[in-house]
Amino acid sequence: MSSVLRPRRSRTLTAVMALYLLYSLIPLVWLLISATKTQPDLLSTPGLSFGGTFALFDNIGSTFTYNNGIFLRWLGNTLLYVVVGAGGATVLATAAGYGLAKYRFRGRQAVFAVVLGAIAVPGTALAVPTFLLFSRLGLIDTPLAVILPSLISPFGLYLIWVYATDAIPDEMMEAARIDGAGELRIFLAVTLRQLAPGIVTVALFAVVATWNNYFLPLIMLSDPNWYPLTVGLNQWSSQAVGAAAQPIYHLVITGSLLTIVPLVIAFLFLQRFWQSGLTAGSVKQ
Amino acid sequence: MTSTAMPARSRPARALTRRHHRRGWAFVAPFAAVFALTFVAPLVYAFGLSLFRDQAFFGGTVFVGLGNYTQALGDPKFWEAFGRVLLFLAVQVPIMLLLALVAAFAIDSARLHAAGFFRMVIFLPYAVPGVVAVLMWGFIYGDHFGLAADLNHLLGRDAVEPLSVNWILTSIGNIVTWEFVGYNMLIFYSALKVVPPDQIEAAAIDGAGALRTIVSVKLPAIRGAIVVATIFSIIGSFQLFNEPNILRTLAPNVITTYFTPNMYAYNLSFGGQQYNYSATVAIVMGVITAVIAYAVQLRGQRKER
Repeated sequence: MSSVLRPRRSRTLTAVMALYLLYSLIPLVWLLISATKTQPDLLSTPGLSFGGTFALFDNIGSTFTYNNGIFLRWLGNTLLYVVVGAGGATVLATAAGYGLAKYRFRGRQAVFAVVLGAIAVPGTALAVPTFLLFSRLGLIDTPLAVILPSLISPFGLYLIWVYATDAIPDEMMEAARIDGAGELRIFLAVTLRQLAPGIVTVALFAVVATWNNYFLPLIMLSDPNWYPLTVGLNQWSSQAVGAAAQPIYHLVITGSLLTIVPLVIAFLFLQRFWQSGLTAGSVKQ
Repeated sequence: MTSTAMPARSRPARALTRRHHRRGWAFVAPFAAVFALTFVAPLVYAFGLSLFRDQAFFGGTVFVGLGNYTQALGDPKFWEAFGRVLLFLAVQVPIMLLLALVAAFAIDSARLHAAGFFRMVIFLPYAVPGVVAVLMWGFIYGDHFGLAADLNHLLGRDAVEPLSVNWILTSIGNIVTWEFVGYNMLIFYSALKVVPPDQIEAAAIDGAGALRTIVSVKLPAIRGAIVVATIFSIIGSFQLFNEPNILRTLAPNVITTYFTPNMYAYNLSFGGQQYNYSATVAIVMGVITAVIAYAVQLRGQRKER
């Protein structure tokens, strides 16, 4: 076996990469440490050392109870937008990507061209026009205003299209047809399983996109009761400045930590699935 | 889209009739309907809006044709914002993609101890919501209790001022780099994993070292992935909004309301009620972005031949 295929592990390379690892981790470590401090400790002790009292659990408690438990409400809203928005986006992208990959109907090329073009349209450039249209339609300040635009993932459709083209043999669909299965049944019973790694990948990236969504809810919502975590946290943070400033740094920091944890867990646990999905997707790039 | 490493496509089944194929529409229809409502309709509506202008004294709107576009193209605020994201793009994107490439090659090289751990941790920041990333870095940058304040305290002078006029673009670039190196690294790494081993082996037999193999075999093989990552990064730079908009709370005098084109469009709508002009700015920016993204894609494809 050649040395290129089975090289020896290099300490130098590992050390260099460890520097980058530190860069990735330090802000998160800072956040973790800061979440254990009281507000006075935050202001008086160095960033990367612990404060006099360990206040993590007090902070978590205050985060959830501050302002009549609005944080919990925001968490619920985020979950709603993620489940309906990202869930819907995954379903729509999967069905459409599969339809485009496995059926040769009239207008197929046009649909594909338009969707690929849409990947290049900047989401934020679209957000202001969407706001203007939705305010005309009376959708502003409702959950629908956030959910509807999240339902479209052109990149997700592209990924499923690439995936379905290779993962589902026409013969398999044909055999099912001969057995008398309808097209919907073929999709649900035969092909969904084949598409699973691709679907998990699309779902995970759609979840991240909606969980992290800030600009869209920021412009669509003015009622704090409908805010997702991202917009709410920024509102808490901006309480610290202005005439009637009421800084709640410790809650912003603890809230930020609580916002990160579910996503990190999801990525770690689903690692195997989405990484194989991405690899399959890149075969054709 | 290269054709390398593409598995042979299965033959289309003969018995499949046109009637069957037409049912494909049923799978695409739901996506197409929502797409029409949230992509096509806003664009059309925004274009319509951009042709009108509010009347200052009489109320109502008046048709001005391309008047708003002429105004935007001669608007110094728009060009200042555009120039800023262009500068950002020219500096931050190459740095970020280079770091991502190096990380991907290092993890792929099998020379790294605990490569899986590295891959996961470097990717981790991508899972952090942009807002949280900016709040976090904002605190770190801050002179109240941030690491910047600690550093200045240690040095005994104000050596590091991440939120000052001269530093702010670098500070934003650092946040964006921190957030997205891992994501791009993963795109490159996924592409590297499907480089055919026999190509690498052939290079080894020819006596190529690790660096030489990267330059002459691996880099060309993942060109498609590099083009895709470049396009996404360009789009991301042009629509820069979250980072400066959130940092504005901490540095209101440094970050203007027209710091980036997107912030300008946003503040025209939500600060100034100038919906028609805001729609125009959004469209101009969208067109420029799409044209540049398309040009990069064409260039990337041409080089493949």
